[in-house]
Amino acid sequence: MVLYALIPGALASMYFFGWGVLFNFVIAISVCLLTEAAILKLRQRDVYHTLLDGSALLTACLLALAIPALAPWWVTAIASLFAIAVAKHLYGGLGFNPFNPAMVGYIVVMISFPLEMTLWPAPAGVNEGWPDFLTAFNWVFLGALPVSETIDSISMATPIDLLKTQLNQFHDIAETRNNVKYSDLFSGLSGTGWQWVNLLFLAGGMFMIRKGVIDWRIPVAFLISLIFIANLFAVIDYANNSSAIFHAFSGGTMLCAFFIATDPVTASTTPRGRWIYGAGIGVLAYIIRSWGGYPDGIAFAVVLMNIAAPLIDYYTQPKVFGNTEH
Amino acid sequence: MKQTKAHIAEKDLAGFHGGLKLAGHKQLSNSTAISIMQQSSEYIIPLQQHIGAISLPLVKPGDRVLKGQMLAKPDNLVSAAVHSPVSGVVTDIKQHDVPHVSGLDDLCIFIENDFKDEWIKREPVGDDYNQCTSSCLRKIIRDAGIVGLGGATFPSSVKQTEMHLDTLILNGAECEPYITCDDVLMRERAEEILSGGDIIGHVIKARQCVIAIEDNKPEAIKAMQAAVDKDGTGFFQIKVIPTLYPSGGEKQLIKIITGEEVPKGRYPADLSVLCHNVATAYAIYRAVYFAEPLISRIVTITGHGVKQPQNIEVLIGTPMKACIQHCGGYTEDSDELIMGGPMMGFSLNSDAMPVAKASNCLLLTVKSETRHKQQMPCIRCGRCVEVCPANLLPQQLYWYASSHNTDRLLEHNLFDCIECGCCAYVCPSDIPLVQYYHHAKTTIWQQQRERKSSDISRLRHEAHQLRLEKQKRDREEKLRKKRELLKNKTKISNAEDKAGKQAAIAEALARAQAKKEQHKTKTEK
Repeated sequence: MVLYALIPGALASMYFFGWGVLFNFVIAISVCLLTEAAILKLRQRDVYHTLLDGSALLTACLLALAIPALAPWWVTAIASLFAIAVAKHLYGGLGFNPFNPAMVGYIVVMISFPLEMTLWPAPAGVNEGWPDFLTAFNWVFLGALPVSETIDSISMATPIDLLKTQLNQFHDIAETRNNVKYSDLFSGLSGTGWQWVNLLFLAGGMFMIRKGVIDWRIPVAFLISLIFIANLFAVIDYANNSSAIFHAFSGGTMLCAFFIATDPVTASTTPRGRWIYGAGIGVLAYIIRSWGGYPDGIAFAVVLMNIAAPLIDYYTQPKVFGNTEH
Repeated sequence: MKQTKAHIAEKDLAGFHGGLKLAGHKQLSNSTAISIMQQSSEYIIPLQQHIGAISLPLVKPGDRVLKGQMLAKPDNLVSAAVHSPVSGVVTDIKQHDVPHVSGLDDLCIFIENDFKDEWIKREPVGDDYNQCTSSCLRKIIRDAGIVGLGGATFPSSVKQTEMHLDTLILNGAECEPYITCDDVLMRERAEEILSGGDIIGHVIKARQCVIAIEDNKPEAIKAMQAAVDKDGTGFFQIKVIPTLYPSGGEKQLIKIITGEEVPKGRYPADLSVLCHNVATAYAIYRAVYFAEPLISRIVTITGHGVKQPQNIEVLIGTPMKACIQHCGGYTEDSDELIMGGPMMGFSLNSDAMPVAKASNCLLLTVKSETRHKQQMPCIRCGRCVEVCPANLLPQQLYWYASSHNTDRLLEHNLFDCIECGCCAYVCPSDIPLVQYYHHAKTTIWQQQRERKSSDISRLRHEAHQLRLEKQKRDREEKLRKKRELLKNKTKISNAEDKAGKQAAIAEALARAQAKKEQHKTKTEK
């Protein structure tokens, strides 16, 4: 069900970022499933039934969507391998992993290969858009580019990343957004491509809440806290902080809200705890995204709150029956 | 006296957290009248059919017993008597399979029926119970061996405290699927249930009696309402409650009716409420009007594994096999025998077990229903949290129960779990959660017992040690005193000796002197 809900956003991602996204899916899914099967076999577990639970497939899909479309194949492969082997199975497999496997895999490659992790192509409709199949294939799998191109000419910074680098060079938000060089990228609410991808993940998330697949508290808490803190800083200093709408619909916000933060295994499980957990991710994501050294802060925020989840659960136990009067 | 709720009638019913809407499967067994089962030739009476201490047998093999004769007496306050369901001979007292969740054998009295149906001498109180004191009625109920027939089998007279309680709730919710024994009882014997309620009300001096029935039993509601109207005293009122499992749980029902929660670790009496099952009220009516102890009950025999599902009135101690035969026997694909309902019942490994006071239902499943699913890991989805009527965190309890973390289990209120089974029912990973909790509870009780007994033996040892030391000290003290005494004595006698000798010498000297002088004067003369 979660996988079905991902489909619209994933299709939008492919539309705007091209073949690279598809390659990511192919690599992540095959590496994740193979790793899962191999480890289950090593652990003498029921391979067939466990693979069918879909958890490894979901991890693969999340990684494929999170890793830049023009990242070399080995980046995706390492992230997938690490997510399943270390973050999931070394902790005891499904249900026992304290951290979201996809996010751990993402963080590993983000820290190890920061350059490759910025390689998003220009979205469709900006400059020449994303590279054709052959160019993308040669680059992702073979590391080869046509003679006329450099990697910088086919890739382009994401809106969040670009604003941050520009701010560091003392160009304020309005200046960057109005810059002719980038104006195509910043069309609409939060950047070409990104806003649609985010909107479709939002739609997928609504569908899951309606169907009772995920708990509504975590996404609501996350979005409220992110929008609140973003709005707060935007009001204080409009020139140097993007609007709340921009934050809500850029980067991995919606993917995180409905598909990552809601992973029940690593999230808080008490009703009150889920509010705290979601809100914590919102605040941390904003802080890391705005002032941290990485293009986006979602993954770090999620993993940090994963660490806090057991503590939150412990202190947010609901009042047991008969305990209301005390 | 605390008034529970002055106007229950006007107040809307309260809800409780969680719960499940389940398919009832009640029509399977409630469409026919209660069938009274013919007597068997042998009866097996377990000595432990209640919560509390096992009863003490009063008979021995070879004894002739009469119908209604007490076979075993309660061992202490929380315990219940058991009686002979027929007249006959005690053939044996030995360990036998009993329908208990532990699956262990227990001591049973075997009676061979002589089919004479000879009763003990009975002196029913009848309508005169109004003249009886509370304690006199409590004694009748206690001597009749009456326990809660909803399944918990807590001795009824113990629940009826000395205190006056405001409200009596008769529990006719019967929320668990498949079970219809209370349903048919209310349909057929409504007036008798009300008489029982009136007797209990008299014992606790209740102001009102609320009869709670789930709205999936319209015929029972109709019959009970007719009886209430006929009664006309205004003491009784019917409350139709929504069908939501486990609304028949005592604490859940009290919440629904009064809007108040029984405080954690306390009893309904704290809210001035007493709650009894309708079948218990019926048994109390039999005890008071006919001096008939609890020797029979209505049992639902149902499920697709039995040919003619129905309710039967059975003498306690009847082998289950005979009951199933009475209902047409097993179907071909009959699979599992469960005592109780699908939610809280437990599987029995033999139909040679006797029907006990707790046996409200025998559920026979067929193979297609008892497909055992493979248990998957907990993904902490929290669906169990949503349905838990005790507002617990089942996923955390599961985690700590599997890691045997007693401290954390207690912090997460393991003992507030009523084992209703809602969590296991909704679990997408098919984890038998209640089994984990039950096991954890039993282990903790075991530990506490062991700790208690080791504490006692430690205390005993320490006291022994102290006593030894004291004895030693006392002995030494005594010895020392004796020695001192001896020493003083010799000293004194020595001193006396000396003085005595000197005195004697002086005396002798004086005497000699006197003689000398005498002699002198004599010679001078």
